[in-house]
Amino acid sequence: MARDSESGLPIEPVYGPEALEGWSPEEKLGDPGRYPFTRGVYPSMYTGRPWTMRQYAGFGTAVESNARYKQLIANGTMGLSVAFDLPTQMGHDSDAPIAHGEVGKVGVAIDSIDDMRVLFGGIPLEKVSTSMTINAPASVLLLLYQLVAEEQGVPADQLTGTIQNDVLKEYIARGTYIFPPKPSLRLIADIFKYCKAEIPKWNTISISGYHMAEAGASPAQEIAFTLADGIEYVRTAVAAGMDVDDFAPRLSFFFVSRTTILEEVAKFRASRRIWARVMREEFGARNPKSLMLRFHTQTAGVQLTAQQPEVNLVRVAVQGLAAVLGGTKSLHTNSFDEAIALPTDKSARLALRTQQVLAYETDVTATVDPFAGSYVIEKMTDDVEEAATELLARLEELGGAVAGIEQGFQKGEIERNAYRIAQETDAGERVVVGVNRFQLDAEEPYEPLRVDPAIEAQQGERLCKLRAWREQSEVDSALEQLKKAAEGEDNVLYPMKEALLARATVGEVCNALREVWGTYVPADAL
Amino acid sequence: MSQLRLVVAKPGLDGHDRGAKVIARALRDTGVEVVYTGLHQTPRQIVDTALQEDADGIGLSILSGAHMTLFAEVLRLLREEDAADIPVFGGGIIPEGDISELLGLGVAAVFTPGTPTRSITDWVHTHLGREAVA
Repeated sequence: MARDSESGLPIEPVYGPEALEGWSPEEKLGDPGRYPFTRGVYPSMYTGRPWTMRQYAGFGTAVESNARYKQLIANGTMGLSVAFDLPTQMGHDSDAPIAHGEVGKVGVAIDSIDDMRVLFGGIPLEKVSTSMTINAPASVLLLLYQLVAEEQGVPADQLTGTIQNDVLKEYIARGTYIFPPKPSLRLIADIFKYCKAEIPKWNTISISGYHMAEAGASPAQEIAFTLADGIEYVRTAVAAGMDVDDFAPRLSFFFVSRTTILEEVAKFRASRRIWARVMREEFGARNPKSLMLRFHTQTAGVQLTAQQPEVNLVRVAVQGLAAVLGGTKSLHTNSFDEAIALPTDKSARLALRTQQVLAYETDVTATVDPFAGSYVIEKMTDDVEEAATELLARLEELGGAVAGIEQGFQKGEIERNAYRIAQETDAGERVVVGVNRFQLDAEEPYEPLRVDPAIEAQQGERLCKLRAWREQSEVDSALEQLKKAAEGEDNVLYPMKEALLARATVGEVCNALREVWGTYVPADAL
Repeated sequence: MSQLRLVVAKPGLDGHDRGAKVIARALRDTGVEVVYTGLHQTPRQIVDTALQEDADGIGLSILSGAHMTLFAEVLRLLREEDAADIPVFGGGIIPEGDISELLGLGVAAVFTPGTPTRSITDWVHTHLGREAVA
């Protein structure tokens, strides 16, 4: 009897050749690095070198985070990935009333160029690529990064990295939105154009499904809703006058990897195939790079438990393996204590070691897309592709991703799935080791990382000094220029850079834009 | 017995609402009327909503680490409004060591990851409402 996959698709106990009757490897697979890219976006994938080990990190002030980054680099991380605190992610300064209690808690507090300089102090930005998980204020942090690099003597055209910059998924699943959809999309188009001209090696967006999966989306929903967002961004950029091949090569994606290896591998392969087809057929992209779905993966945080947390080491290893078998370009592995608090030095190191074991002690990197031709994997790839394509079509009927968001479609589907998972877990149908089976009578105590609450006051003091030191009239006039650009059609990043150079704060820049664009108010009710 | 009415809230800047939404739905399935506040609520807004809705309890969901500040502020505002009899409970990412401190401040219950949804709804029906005796 078949068992249901996470997407509700059947998994047969035994597969045979009949599962692939009529299946054409030329049409469905192609070679690695060739359309439709099912097997991977590059011809040699990991046989040349492993995926990028890119561990997400950040907490407290720039000083602590800078130290953690240097530690990670010493331990073998291949690229940086910055976690910002919630006030920064929401475009507020550390001394804003709404920031009280939140400063430095889930990531590093960055209020100005002074903080950014400390964050990357002693880190050579011409050598290290940096991914920044920042969305509504992505432009602000990108420009701060560029300014700090320029201070280091590194020209912008040498900078490599990514900004997440995916506001649509914020409305759906993550919550760090500021402005309504229309100006948010305009801002994203401005970023695409700015980067094409000024920071050409930068990945301008990381179109994300990770957060939707964490919110409860099934694998099919995860890729359908993500690709729908991608389609919306491409349409936005094209409508803003860009040629698809001008920006599409710098789009990137971000998915989750769960412990359900088979369906995850199928999911990744299906997503590459669908995107390649959409880009070629709907948008007429000609550059092969425009058709390549390059993605980062993070292991599923929501699958981790606070009970018997060491078991999470095992979960993360399995999840990491799923991502690697699926051909991820870069990978973040969670630390085992993350259902409790932010990682300690040791747990962060262990998470990185997990990837190093996968890369150097297994043989999965010896050949590209090792599951190709497998009955179950090819059948599941086709099935996930079909389910995701159907959902994409439904969204298209509603009018696309933004229309879907306004109607609460994606959120509703995700919440329904989240509830189903909660019910299955409660009923014991879905086993969670250590939680509803194999529990301990008494858990061992665990001392989590604590963020020093004095940080909030420290940041407040830094802001006072900054505001006293800088030339206020310069800041004021730069912010006026920014507002003028926001009201019109000029690219806002140029005046924004001037404002940040004059030491306008993250909050001040975002507040200026709030004045022009307003803030998003969701129609969120049960 | 009249229907219980609860406010389920997301205080502060944390945007992760899966837990809050699952609990809200589960409560509704057991006959509780739930007013969900949406994201980015200040403690002031939450307390005002609870008062306006004549709520029998307030559930807070906090995954951002700001729980000590936000729970304390909600409790303080309730006392200020002479409404300290409205129980406050909640959950999220809250280390074990902080739970006793929260309970000491007056939080009625804290439910952390792994708690069966059923335990929470049972607790609500047992401990809240006009029928429950303090």
